[in-house]
Amino acid sequence: MSEPEPRNGKIIEWVDRRTGLNTIMKVALKEPIPGGARWAYIFGSGLIFTFMLQAITGIFLTLYYSPSADHAYTTVSYITKEVTSGSLIRSIHAYGSSAMVIILILHLTQTFLFGSYKGRRELLWLSGTVLFSLILGMAFTGYLLPWDQNAYFATTVGTNVAGEVPIVGDWIKRLMRGGNDMGTLTISRFFSLHVLFIPAMIAIFVSLHVYLFRKAGAAGPYAADPVEPNLPEESFYPRQLLMDVAFAAVLIAVLAGLARFSPADLGPRANPADTQYLGRPEWYYRSVFQWLKYWNPPYTIIGVLVIPAVVGALFVGLPFYDRRKERRPWKRPVAVFVFLFILGGLIYIGRASYVEDQNNPGVRDQILQQEKETERLMSQPFEPELAGVAKAAPVAISPAAERGKAIFERMACGACHGEGGTGGLALKLAGIGARFPNEKLTELLRKPTPKMLEGGMSPSPLKDPELKDLAEYLTSLKPF
Amino acid sequence: MEKKTASEEKSMEPRRKPTSGEWVEASVGDFLERRSFLAFLLAIGGALVGGLLSVPLIRFVLHPLLAQTTQLKWSEVGSIDEFKDIVKPVKRVINVEQRDGWRKVVSEKAIYVIRAANGQIKVLSPICPHLGCPVAWSGELNQFKCPCHVGAFSPEGALISGPPPRGMDDLDAKVENGRLLVQYQYFRSLVPKKEPMT
Repeated sequence: MSEPEPRNGKIIEWVDRRTGLNTIMKVALKEPIPGGARWAYIFGSGLIFTFMLQAITGIFLTLYYSPSADHAYTTVSYITKEVTSGSLIRSIHAYGSSAMVIILILHLTQTFLFGSYKGRRELLWLSGTVLFSLILGMAFTGYLLPWDQNAYFATTVGTNVAGEVPIVGDWIKRLMRGGNDMGTLTISRFFSLHVLFIPAMIAIFVSLHVYLFRKAGAAGPYAADPVEPNLPEESFYPRQLLMDVAFAAVLIAVLAGLARFSPADLGPRANPADTQYLGRPEWYYRSVFQWLKYWNPPYTIIGVLVIPAVVGALFVGLPFYDRRKERRPWKRPVAVFVFLFILGGLIYIGRASYVEDQNNPGVRDQILQQEKETERLMSQPFEPELAGVAKAAPVAISPAAERGKAIFERMACGACHGEGGTGGLALKLAGIGARFPNEKLTELLRKPTPKMLEGGMSPSPLKDPELKDLAEYLTSLKPF
Repeated sequence: MEKKTASEEKSMEPRRKPTSGEWVEASVGDFLERRSFLAFLLAIGGALVGGLLSVPLIRFVLHPLLAQTTQLKWSEVGSIDEFKDIVKPVKRVINVEQRDGWRKVVSEKAIYVIRAANGQIKVLSPICPHLGCPVAWSGELNQFKCPCHVGAFSPEGALISGPPPRGMDDLDAKVENGRLLVQYQYFRSLVPKKEPMT
């Protein structure tokens, strides 16, 4: 390497020689942009920035979250109401998912309108469509995790939709839910998908996407040829980097501002028995939600499967059938019209869903009431979950066991084994009857094993009938 | 900002010829070595914003240190009338409520209600101050006996014999509306003075 003597610091030089950091920085920062930096190009790096923000806040949220039907709601409530900065971090994460979907749509729209998928960029586009569905998958799986009413019912509907798919639908639905109904396995699955599977896939596909992007080169403005742009180039650094950084700064300011002044709320705990509750998905799934209302049997299959499959195929296959090199939007009226028609259609029916809710007095009142209830719950202090000793109703026990109980208390067995044999310094005795018959227990009490002796259990001085009573009592202790 | 020099690195050669002088090229190592004002600003700005953002994250992690997570609560032993006429220690099992993060754990603990030498009702922890074994009351011996190392205590909890460094620990107790309440807690073992563990 013909490196000039670095002017500052031997450390930088050393690090570079060991790592090649300078070269990496150069490759990253000197990405040539035909036609120069533009604000239109900020969305890709905006997505990476938001994804990192989601990853960081998400990782931190797992410090207090517990993915089970029993605890998920309590832990999210704990994060929201009690943990220092918890509401802020959860809100940034929740709003971050919306931000991500918005920027994703902007990135897609820019790519489409600029015809940047053209000119040997088929795989770049394909990896992008995979990322598109992965991000929507993140939004879908993450929405369930707080396990409040809305999360529960929105996901019930979402998984029911999958159930509409002919032949394999029911199978897919049960696979997603981990059973016939929504339950604790559903949360486990969604959690694993949300924090392990999908993020790993996203990391892989982002790397691939960026690599393929650098391989094909930036497409530049729509006037340029997609393969040979023939325009003066500008390096990514500094102007494009500055624009990207400015966008990231705006994003973080908006998200932090929203999180601070309008924190994400948490509705009532999921109650599957509630038949009144109106579950509504997040805004980005609202159009899909509304769309399904328009398709009733026997045409459901058209709305659920045929049309989405056709649109999906058109979307994924775009660079394969749209082979012209023309990129200017006004010279591609059909493609642009179809794209805007679908995008506009989605926005229109999504809006129609809200309007429909507003125009139906019963629905409007119910939703209003749900919002009030959520507001009321948010103003309540955090209510911890009761755990520990299950206050089981006392079980009637035999007279022998009754006498054994008196012995147990007199001999202070509970001092080590816990009151009622619930465990403490020594072995938990409740449930021991399932492991040893009474005779064996009597035997062990009289002659403890070396391991028991070591643990501080001394041979019992009791007489046989007393030992029998004691064993009877121990057997009567049921585990909980 | 950028100095315009000829390309020195083959790998970074543009795929096509630049058509105007706008082509910006920097020499190898420029990005780390040259202290351009802009790079400096970016670094400072990035560090500032990053630092600012990490404040809530750090506070989030430190929550168990910032907020009180172990609170002592009063547990009910029973009506004070039950203990009016006791002469010997009476063992009771109380429900102790503790916060464990987002859980409220109710556990059963044994305590002894005794009449102290001055006639006052006191509540003793059954935990031996020697090594933490639970001490049992023996009516026959009229003593508290620790099953582990044969420490013996008087009915008032005073040390009689054995290895324990001090007598049995009494717990904070009070009477409210005729009910005897106690604050269950643990004390450090093996030290001569009673010392609450936090």
